[in-house]
Amino acid sequence: MGYRPTIGLEIHVELSTASKMFCGCPNHFGDPPNSNVCPVCLGMPGVLPTMNRQAYEYAVLMGLALNCRIATFTKWDRKGYYYPDLPKNYQISQYDLPLSSNGYIDLLVNGQTKRIGITRAHLEEDAGKNVHDLPGCTGVDLNRAGVPLLEIVSEPDMNSVPEVMAYARSMRQLVRYLNISQANMQQGHMRFEPNISLWVFDDAEPDGGHYTPIVEVKNLNSFRSLERTVAFEIDRQAGQWQADPDGYRMDKMSKQNRGWDDVREVTVYQRHKEEADEYRYFPEPDLLPVEIDDAWLGRIKAQLPELPIARYARFRKEFGLDEKLTTLLTSERGTADYFEAVVQAGASPHRAANLIQSQGLRLANERGTDVAGLGISAERLAGLCKLADEDKVSATTAAGIFQAMLESDDPPEKIAQDRNLMQVSDTSALEAIVAEVLSENGKAVADYKSGGKKAKKARSFILGQVMQRSKGQANPKVAGELIDRKVLGQT
Amino acid sequence: MPAKIDPDQVRRIARLARINLTQEELEQFSNQLSDILNYVDQLSELNTEGVEPTTGPLKISNVFRQDQAARSLSSEQALANAPCRHGDFFAVPKVLE
Ligand SMILES: [Zn+2]
Repeated sequence: MGYRPTIGLEIHVELSTASKMFCGCPNHFGDPPNSNVCPVCLGMPGVLPTMNRQAYEYAVLMGLALNCRIATFTKWDRKGYYYPDLPKNYQISQYDLPLSSNGYIDLLVNGQTKRIGITRAHLEEDAGKNVHDLPGCTGVDLNRAGVPLLEIVSEPDMNSVPEVMAYARSMRQLVRYLNISQANMQQGHMRFEPNISLWVFDDAEPDGGHYTPIVEVKNLNSFRSLERTVAFEIDRQAGQWQADPDGYRMDKMSKQNRGWDDVREVTVYQRHKEEADEYRYFPEPDLLPVEIDDAWLGRIKAQLPELPIARYARFRKEFGLDEKLTTLLTSERGTADYFEAVVQAGASPHRAANLIQSQGLRLANERGTDVAGLGISAERLAGLCKLADEDKVSATTAAGIFQAMLESDDPPEKIAQDRNLMQVSDTSALEAIVAEVLSENGKAVADYKSGGKKAKKARSFILGQVMQRSKGQANPKVAGELIDRKVLGQT
Repeated sequence: MPAKIDPDQVRRIARLARINLTQEELEQFSNQLSDILNYVDQLSELNTEGVEPTTGPLKISNVFRQDQAARSLSSEQALANAPCRHGDFFAVPKVLE
């Protein structure tokens, strides 16, 4: 007997519009409590919601990026909700006519492509925030109530923790590529709800088998808690099944909700699904339907950028970069755009990639910005890459110049010259140094000449001396050739 | 006419709407709701074959606003009618996480 985890994921993403979904209140994190509210999002009687066009287009754009069928006709529904963070007592959502459905996303997991089905993606409104650390009461801040929220529901196509994580991270990357959400985890822009069960089967009968009861865990707001929750549930359900192979099965027990306890790192039983989840959906009478025609859809489609997985494949092929470097460069659209601009401006792809990876991403991270936000134009970085490509500066020096470019607007060549960092490739200048070093180190020269065991070490020693005497400015390749010629008579 | 909605169903609907009803009210509303359903049921006499289901009485769609933010109420105004507040928060009985 064996088992295979079967996991689906619901993701909620807050869209980065200027205003809320159905009213003009600012969609802005971190303002004083209840300062971004109006009669509409406070749920006052007699008000009328109006759709935010940008939010709708963002949602359609995501549907397109997820290869979904985009509905030409959609409407809104009320979903019963009795908590103080949404004072209308219902949430405006989409029930039977979601704006997109039947899509997929391709993931790279351990070098393999894995396709995950997307059941649907629809728009709804976010709830406000309950604050629990007040004395004797719960505080409610409705600034977030009514913020446009995209709900993306996957098929149960994931079979391992790494697949779940690749899916979640790809979704974050995708919404950031599309520029429809900042997907800032600390600000709660993305929340996860995994559905987890195990397919238990007998190796001898590949067609037979059964599922363990599905467990749904709500409101995970970090990648870490998602990862630990799914790993914990797989182990827990495997243990339950082993303890009670005949009873712990989906056809004998109903679906269960559990919560993640971040302190104890376990999931905790909350309730069985059958007791609740009657949302009493009905059509929202205050909103009109949305009909999307080919012209409008075409205008939205035109905004689709090259998507991360396509860009990854192209970078690998076009620039011959390895997996790790390509993943880094394509992780954010801004980084990938910047890299391509640097190459466009004349840098060799490998040099540009390495400098961006070793210096750019590190410096950007230190300064809390992205590579493009460092203020070094693609043309200037290409200039630096060319200096290194042409052996005018060493790779180490290039890294130093990169840093210096943050403080100076001079062209990289001038920075190198001003700081005496240009590499000496001019043979006549180097010849004198080489001759000096050779005459002072007779033993090393003899060892090198002998060709014995010590030859390699002796050559490095001589080269090291030359580099030292040139204060690091000698081009090691040129200096090495000079040494070989002088000592061995090679050309 | 046979009652379509029995008191148990009314109790269930009331629970979903977080409303407490007395036994008397359960009886009363089961009769009233049944009457309403029976009345509306007259519509089933119509032949609706070939008629598109409608989601609203208006033949209008796509009424949007531009994505422009504007401040509306101050937090003082927003909280003015709140039965209970704590600083700038609405205060409600403790909700367990
Ligand atoms: Zn509002």
